[in-house]
Amino acid sequence: MTDSGMFGARGTGDTSGYSGLVRSPASSGSSERPYGGYFDEVADDLERAYPEFSDAIERVVVDRGELTLHVKREKLVEVALILRDTLKFEMCMGVNGVHYPQRTDREFSAVYPLLSMTNNRRIRLEVSVADSDAHIPSLVEVWAGNNWHERETFDMFGIIFDGHPGLTRILMPDDWQGHPQRKDYALGGIAVEYKGATTPPPSDRRSYK
Amino acid sequence: MTTFDPYAPSRDTTEGTVFSVTGGDWDSLIQEIGSTKEERVVVNMGPQHPSTHGVLRLILELEGETVTEVRCGIGYLHTGIEKNMEFRNWTQGTTFVTRMDYLGPLFNETAYCLAVEKLLGITNDVPERASVIRVMMMELNRISSHMVALGTGALELGAITPMFFAFREREIVLDLFEMISGLRMNMAYIRPGGVQQDLPEGAIPKIRDAVKLMRKNFKDNTSLLVGNSIWLKRTQGIGYLDLAGATTLGMTGPVLRSTGLPWDLRKVQPYCGYENYDFDVITADTCDVYGRFLIRMNELEQSLRIVEQALDKLEKLEGAPVMVADKKIAWPAQLALGSDGLGNSLNHIREIMGTSMESLIHHFKLVTEGFHVPAGQVYVAVESPRGELGASVVSDGGTRPYRVHFREPSFNNLQATSAMSEGGMIADIIGAVASIDPVMGGVDR
Repeated sequence: MTDSGMFGARGTGDTSGYSGLVRSPASSGSSERPYGGYFDEVADDLERAYPEFSDAIERVVVDRGELTLHVKREKLVEVALILRDTLKFEMCMGVNGVHYPQRTDREFSAVYPLLSMTNNRRIRLEVSVADSDAHIPSLVEVWAGNNWHERETFDMFGIIFDGHPGLTRILMPDDWQGHPQRKDYALGGIAVEYKGATTPPPSDRRSYK
Repeated sequence: MTTFDPYAPSRDTTEGTVFSVTGGDWDSLIQEIGSTKEERVVVNMGPQHPSTHGVLRLILELEGETVTEVRCGIGYLHTGIEKNMEFRNWTQGTTFVTRMDYLGPLFNETAYCLAVEKLLGITNDVPERASVIRVMMMELNRISSHMVALGTGALELGAITPMFFAFREREIVLDLFEMISGLRMNMAYIRPGGVQQDLPEGAIPKIRDAVKLMRKNFKDNTSLLVGNSIWLKRTQGIGYLDLAGATTLGMTGPVLRSTGLPWDLRKVQPYCGYENYDFDVITADTCDVYGRFLIRMNELEQSLRIVEQALDKLEKLEGAPVMVADKKIAWPAQLALGSDGLGNSLNHIREIMGTSMESLIHHFKLVTEGFHVPAGQVYVAVESPRGELGASVVSDGGTRPYRVHFREPSFNNLQATSAMSEGGMIADIIGAVASIDPVMGGVDR
């Protein structure tokens, strides 16, 4: 994504003195206990049921009332099985890829929102991998409903889910080149002229970032 | 089949002979197929098939009339909404998400706006009147969406009259939407921080009349379909999916509730103040198409109940704000339909053009640049007519979303087509798919 635009604004681009919101950096550290709510109980239960907890869970982040467990990809399936069977997270609400090109060796994140209907709880698993080695073990064996979600994430980001029963494109045509949701993939579009004025395509318009 | 068709010629492949049916004579096709030894045929159903609920392509493997394998081909309506949103500001995002699941636009907008509000940390600052309007609009939308599900579902199974009734009711709701937001579909009415504009004058009595009319009208479809022996034969025991299957496939909404589990996010994880409304979660224990049909029919009455309670609340909240007080987030203008037919706020234009330079700058910055959203990620789910609609939103602190992903219930639930239809008859696929009620705009996004 380019930050240059017609005005070449840098930083927040805010020169008005307005913008009361303070821009906080993306959280990279772990949260401290107590996490609050049922999050401590979830963490305790997982630690008890899974002796390798400290090895498998890189970070525990609590932000805006949501718990995120950053899991090493080698341990993802083990953690998922314990969460499903022992902690009763019966449902996985799919997988959502995010591309952070500026994060060296951790460019891709795969985020799995989990739901426990038994305990009425939600948590989130996050796995980060490098662009050069974008492989994550598939969770289709754990939650069959992840099948299409993993295909979509593969289609959009090029993350390869190892062990998926049929990892093919799902939204884009089979012979499509590239993975559209990556940040280095151009949005495309053409300039539109109307009564002598030209509007550039959205990705080329002035940006305020 | 004797003339050569350059667009769809018959040809031999490693899998066997490919037969063409474009413009050919049906009898000669039957003859040709009849001459082959095996019974197994692979048939493409859709994407332009009248009963596959939009541009859904089903690839069927048949033994006679028995379905041995079903695969779905999707992506025909992929419009890159998630990618496009990364190039627009947070407010403009509403205009995109409303076009995903086009039968439930207000649910898309609510899920997205609740996520943006959670990122902003203003969830509790959204005025009560705005939340009540959101609930009322969503429940009206649930009615119009269920009406399409019932109407097209019945039509696809060969019953045309229920569709006439269903679309008559849907029209009542769409007229209300037009009165309130100016648009019948894709309204972009719910905005981060509240709703776009307050209800117009005289809206509440009109909605009350519509509720009364719909409650009476719903009886027509009930008396046509509930207990109808032909309808029962086409729906009972069809598209079977039990609780274990539904859970592992991540099914939510009427499909999950047809297994007897009363899982409704409005009850178990309330948002927009749903905990203040009195309504029942409808379930069935049949796990089949008929159960899902009954659930949708009975949810109509529950939605009407919620709308009535919302109207009572709105009467008490007359004149209260419908947008957050923070002028760094709320768009400045109270829009109203002007004499020129455009939505303008003349007082506001007078102020920014005539009296206050600072107001003009503020207006310009807010509308073109948009507001900043603190960095972080959230997942917010609402109960759409089809199940859990989840918005995963990531912000890097800028004025545009860094990544927006929707967990679309249609997309997820369509995976169950194989589990519901394999081993059954080809005609029953239609009922099974209709009972999932996939909206392809939502599936493909």
